[in-house]
Amino acid sequence: MANPLLKIEDLHAAVQGKEILRGIDLAVGAGEVHAIMGPNGSGKSTLAGVLAGRDSYEVTAGRVTYAGQDLLEMAPEDRASAGVFLAFQYPVEIPGVGNLYFLRAALNAQRRQRGEEELDAADFLQLAKKRMKLLEMDDTLTRRAVNEGFSGGEKKRNEIFQMAMLEPKLAILDETDSGLDIDALKVVAQGVNALRDAQRAMLVITHYQRLLNYIVPDYVHVLAAGRIVKSGGKELALELEEKGYGWLEPEAAAV
Amino acid sequence: MSAATLTAPPAPAVYTVPDAAYERAFAAIAARSGEPAVLRQLRRSAFAQLQQRGFPTSKHEEYRQTNLAAVLQRSAFALPERPGAAALRAAERAAHPGAAFGGPQLTFVDGHFTPELSRLKSLPAGVRAGALLAANDAGDDRLARLGELADIGGENTLVAFNTAFFSDGAWVEIAPGAQVDAQIEIVHLATGGAGVPTMAHPRQLILAGRGSRAKVVETYLSLNGAAHLTNAVTEIFVAENAELEHARLQQENTAACHISAVHSRQAADSRLRLHALTFGGALTRNDVVTVLHGPGAEALLNGLYVAEGRQHVDNHTVLDHAEPRGASREYYRGILDGQATTAFRGRILVRPDAQHTDAVQSDKNLLLSSDCTANADPQLEIRADDVRCTHGATFGQIDEEALFYLRSRGVGAEMARHLLIFAFAAEALGRLNPSPLRTRLETELFSRWTGLTPPEGAEASGG
Ligand SMILES: Nc1ncnc2c1ncn2[C@@H]1O[C@H](COP(=O)(O)OP(=O)(O)OP(=O)(O)O)[C@@H](O)[C@H]1O
Ligand SMILES: [Mg+2]
Repeated sequence: MANPLLKIEDLHAAVQGKEILRGIDLAVGAGEVHAIMGPNGSGKSTLAGVLAGRDSYEVTAGRVTYAGQDLLEMAPEDRASAGVFLAFQYPVEIPGVGNLYFLRAALNAQRRQRGEEELDAADFLQLAKKRMKLLEMDDTLTRRAVNEGFSGGEKKRNEIFQMAMLEPKLAILDETDSGLDIDALKVVAQGVNALRDAQRAMLVITHYQRLLNYIVPDYVHVLAAGRIVKSGGKELALELEEKGYGWLEPEAAAV
Repeated sequence: MSAATLTAPPAPAVYTVPDAAYERAFAAIAARSGEPAVLRQLRRSAFAQLQQRGFPTSKHEEYRQTNLAAVLQRSAFALPERPGAAALRAAERAAHPGAAFGGPQLTFVDGHFTPELSRLKSLPAGVRAGALLAANDAGDDRLARLGELADIGGENTLVAFNTAFFSDGAWVEIAPGAQVDAQIEIVHLATGGAGVPTMAHPRQLILAGRGSRAKVVETYLSLNGAAHLTNAVTEIFVAENAELEHARLQQENTAACHISAVHSRQAADSRLRLHALTFGGALTRNDVVTVLHGPGAEALLNGLYVAEGRQHVDNHTVLDHAEPRGASREYYRGILDGQATTAFRGRILVRPDAQHTDAVQSDKNLLLSSDCTANADPQLEIRADDVRCTHGATFGQIDEEALFYLRSRGVGAEMARHLLIFAFAAEALGRLNPSPLRTRLETELFSRWTGLTPPEGAEASGG
C-alpha cells in the first residue's frame, strides 16, 4: 500500500502508567474493511480510543498518520471533521440533549470545519428520515435524549445511525454487534454494508465470527496483550471461532 | 474551678431585634386608613411577633448557611408608594415577560397591584383573580384566610415580616371542576428606588377547587441593577383531586436579596407540582413547606438554581406526609460557577398515620469552578413503618465521557461543554409540563450557555 488512509506505526499507549498498547503496526487502505479480534482486555477499545482522541490514554511512542496528517496531534472534534468516526462499545447517555438536535449540531460543526455549507432543518430531516429507514429506526427513539434509557441494542443501532448520518471516511466499530439480537444484527450489518465503498475504510472490532458473515472483512487481525499477533484473511476468523486464542503465541493465550 | 465557669454560657442569639427604622415604617402602615379591621389586626400581631423575636441570625439552626439578620439589619429598606408615571413607563417594558403567552396576568410594581399592566378582562371560565386587598372591598372573606398556612407565630419570622408590611397581593381562585389551560401569570417588578434600597413583600393566595386543573406562574424581576429586597409569601390550598402546577421564577438582578416562603396544603388525591427556579439575586433564601394533608396526595418539588459570581442561594424544603398513600418527588438541581455558594436542606417528615408513603428526594449539583461551594443536608424523620423513602445528593463536574462522546462526533470542545451544562438544566425544565414558560426558559438557558438560539422545531433537550 503506497499511501494508506490510516497508518499506525509502533504505537504504544498507557493508562495510568500501565502500558496497554505495546507496539501496534497497522495500515488500512481506503475501501478496506479490517476486523480486529482478540481476548478481553487485550487493548482493542484502547486502540479505538487512541484513534478517536480519548485523552485518558497517554501515547508513549509511535505515530499514526491519517490521510497524510499526524492524527495524534488533532483534537477529537477535528478528527471527526476529517472523517474519523468511533462507534462506542459503551455509548454514552446524555439526558437533556435531544438526539436529532445533537446530530444536526455535530453534522453542521463538521461541515463548517470542512468549509462546506450547513444543512438547513428541512434538508437535515430529510436525510435523517432516509437513514432512519435504512436502519429501521423508530422515530420515537431519535426524538428522545441521546441514548437516554435506550436498551443495549438500541444504543448500538443509534451509533450506526449516527455513522450513516455523518458519513465518515474511517469508521471504527467497537463491538457494535454485542447487545444486538439476530434480526437487529442483520439490519445493522446491512446499514454498515450500505456505507461500504471505495473511499471508506472500516475497522471492525468484534468477538464473534458471526458479524463477519454479514460484514465480510478483507483482513482479520488478532490483538493480544497490546500487540497484533496474527493477521490473515477472513478465514482467520473462522479458525479463531473454532480454536480460540490458545494456539497463538503463548503470550496471547496468557492474557 | 470557679463557679462562673460551671454555669452554661448564654445561648447564642438566634434572632436579632429589628432596627428602629422598621418600627417607624410600620407606624406609617398602621396609620393607613381604609384597611379592614381584620387586616389591621393581623398586621399588628405580625409586627409584634417580629419585634419580639426578630430576624434570624446564622446561629439559628435553620439559617446556618444564610445570615438574614446581617442583610436585613445592614440597611433600612424603603417601602415605596404606588409607582409614579415614570416608574410605570419603565415597568411597562418589563411587565410582560410572557407577553406572547397572552393569558391572564396580575402585575405588581414594588408590591402594589398595577391594573394598567395587568390583564384580567375575560378571565378563563372558572378563574377568579385579582388584588387581595381589592377583593376584600367586594365583601370577600379571603383576608381571613391569610396566615392559615404561613403562620406569623412560626419560627420563620420572615412570614411575620411580610404579613406586617405587605402592600398588596394576588388572589387566584379556581372553581371546582374548572379545567384551565391558560397559564395564569403573577409578575412582580422591583423599581429598586434611588439611593435607598426598596423592599416589597409580595403575597399570594391560591385556591384550587375540587377536581380543578390549572397553572400559575409567579415571576420576579428587577427593573434595573439597584439593590432591593423581596420577601414574598405564597399560600396554596389544593382541594380534593385537584391538580395545580405552580412555578416560581426568580430572575431579579444580582444585587437583590430575595426571600420567599411557599406554604401549601393538599387534600386527598390532589396533585401539586411546585417549581422553584432561581437565577437572580445576590442572596436568595427560599422556604417551601408542603403538607400532604389528605390520603393519596402527590407532590412534586422541582428546583433549579443557577448561581455564579458571588451569588448565594439557599433552598429549604419541608415535605410533610401527614396522611397515608402520599407520594412525593423532590428533585433539586444546582449549577454553580465562580464563587457561588448554595445550600439545600430537604426535610421529609412521615407522620405515624402516613403509611404507604412513597418519598424520593435528590439534590444534584454541577460545579463549574473550583471556588464554588454547594451544600446538601437531607433530613428524614420517619415515624411510620411501611414507607419507601430514598434520598441522595451529588456534586460533580462535567462528565468527561459525555464530553468526549460529543467531541468525537465533531462538536467543538467549548460547545460540547456548554451543551452539557444546558442539558443539566434542561432536565429540570423537562419536569415542567409543556407550557410557554418552559419553552421560554429552554430558549433563554440554551442561549445563555451556547450563545445560540435553539433551532426551530428541533427540541434541543429531546423528549
Ligand atoms: N481508564 C483505565 N484505567 C485503568 N485501566 C484501564 C483503563 N482503560 C483500560 N484499562 C485497562 O486496559 C486494558 C485494555 O482494555 P480495553 O478496553 O482496551 O480492552 P478490550 O480489548 O477492548 O477488551 P474487551 O474485549 O473486554 O472490550 C484492560 O486491562 C483494562 O482494564
Ligand atoms: Mg473493548
